[in-house]
Amino acid sequence: MTSTYVKDARPAVAEEPQRDLGNRRPLARRVTDWLTAVSFTLPALILFGALVLAPIMYAVYVSLFNWGGFGSPTDYTGLDNYSRLIKDPVFLGDLWRGLLLVGFSILVQLPFALAMAVLLNQKLRGRALYRMLFFAPYVLSEVITGVLFSMIFAPDAGLADKVLGAVGLDGLGGLWFADQSTVMPTLFLVMTWKYFGFHMMLYLAGLQGIPAELHEAARIDGANAWERFRYITLPLLGPTVRISAFLSVIGAIQLFDLVWVTSQGGPDHASETMAITLFQYGFKRYQIGYASALSIALFLISLVFALAYQRFVLRRDTEGALTNMRATR
Amino acid sequence: MSAPDTVGRRRFGKVPLYVIVWLVGIVMVTPLLYALISGFKSTDQLSSNPFGLPSPWVTSNYTDILASGSFWRMLGSSTLVAIGTTLLTVGAAALAAFSLARFSYRGRELLFTLFTMGLMFPFAVAILPLFILLRTFGLLDNPWGVILPQAAFGLPITIVILRGFFRQIPGELEEAATLDGCSPFGFFWRILLPMARPALGTVSVLAVVSSWNNFLLPLLVFSNETWWTIPVGVQQFQGQYAADIARVFAYLVLAMVPALAFYAVAERQLIGGITMGATKG
Repeated sequence: MTSTYVKDARPAVAEEPQRDLGNRRPLARRVTDWLTAVSFTLPALILFGALVLAPIMYAVYVSLFNWGGFGSPTDYTGLDNYSRLIKDPVFLGDLWRGLLLVGFSILVQLPFALAMAVLLNQKLRGRALYRMLFFAPYVLSEVITGVLFSMIFAPDAGLADKVLGAVGLDGLGGLWFADQSTVMPTLFLVMTWKYFGFHMMLYLAGLQGIPAELHEAARIDGANAWERFRYITLPLLGPTVRISAFLSVIGAIQLFDLVWVTSQGGPDHASETMAITLFQYGFKRYQIGYASALSIALFLISLVFALAYQRFVLRRDTEGALTNMRATR
Repeated sequence: MSAPDTVGRRRFGKVPLYVIVWLVGIVMVTPLLYALISGFKSTDQLSSNPFGLPSPWVTSNYTDILASGSFWRMLGSSTLVAIGTTLLTVGAAALAAFSLARFSYRGRELLFTLFTMGLMFPFAVAILPLFILLRTFGLLDNPWGVILPQAAFGLPITIVILRGFFRQIPGELEEAATLDGCSPFGFFWRILLPMARPALGTVSVLAVVSSWNNFLLPLLVFSNETWWTIPVGVQQFQGQYAADIARVFAYLVLAMVPALAFYAVAERQLIGGITMGATKG
């Protein structure tokens, strides 16, 4: 994969001289050529423009109004929605909880996924089975996962409390999703169950790309397992780790389904995410203008993060659409 | 350090490794097995006997759901929406990727940038205006109301992956086809697409899975039960039968089956897709 990207990084070498020749062709011919080429993008462009770009533009517009969603927006309030947003304790809480999820993912989930990938990359009996098993939850929808775990973590009646009770640890049982202090850790447990296999698969794919000779050579030179991991595996896995961290952060910022079916963001906003707040204001309380401001904030946070990440972290890797884009400009 | 010594140490060295993998495996599989077995209990049994096997085995939870029309209707609706989304996404993305990979023209990189920007748009950002738009065009409670937006949001990743593949196909092939009188579309249709079949399989599997698991959009668009997809149905069923936990477990297990079966069949394509999607996205 990496090698194809190296090819990609010097794009259209063969095409450039052709274009120079093309400039000498008659104008009409050049216009038709251009139209032919562009016409192939039209279906995608129309779909994307009408259903992705236009709605986002419209959200920008609506965010400047105090609007309930019916009729057309008339009550222009400028940036009021935004200034209300940055003073809204729920929104500030969303940001904090987003950071918490990101921190947990990067400090706990990803290292765990990496450790499992390194284990499963060795010769183990039944290795294919473990891989399938660990990855399977990723295929289930967040809704199914959420409903399943909301029953497992049901106070008293759920499996978690029954198991703790059976081994005499009743005191550790709790309200799980229904308690302000435990809802986030519980949510995080479920997220790890569902998503670590996904990251593990990414790492496994990355590990396959590390030549075995390197480890052999290091072993002969007397490097122990930890040293080989630290000085060979980890650096060479760098691009994969950076991508997996990126996806993990974006996923945490945008989390909705799992929270919606387990805690609905409660109790008392304790597990609310930006997407949940957005949904609450937009579809439950009909404050469309304010909810639109929130969605623009969500968009800007994702965008700024993605651009900064591309600029400062992924720059070294040839992978990554945006990096590649810059190279082909 | 003699050879047998190393072998012996390695063999014993693997024991903790197996222990760890097994423990994680148990944690992964317990919730699924628990749901499967609980579905065979009555709710009374579930509270009096949470761990053991059911006695007697109650099959009515499963059979009742399978006998009711609503489960099959949801399955049909999910399938229809997934197929529609996939055809539209892959069709439009393949054409666009063809243009962005094989032609050189002014504005090409700008167009590609536009599409790749879409990788950063979460569904939630556009959901409000999208909902208003769909309402205006009368697409609520209509499968197109889910298919069209899902296809639009699936385009970026599909275009990025397909463009990468289309670029690898050697230019000589295109020249030869053109000399033999092939039009650009002819080359696309008769040569490029058949050659890119593995890549098309991969992006199709990705599109199916993301459509199948989508929740927010079908939840908002399908207010009427007729078109509910599986995730919407699961959530509603849980609310409706909150007291009858065993039945909800049975429902969950049945709802998992299609996704897990699809995974078993399309595992290779799916994993190829996520690793490719991740490194290229």
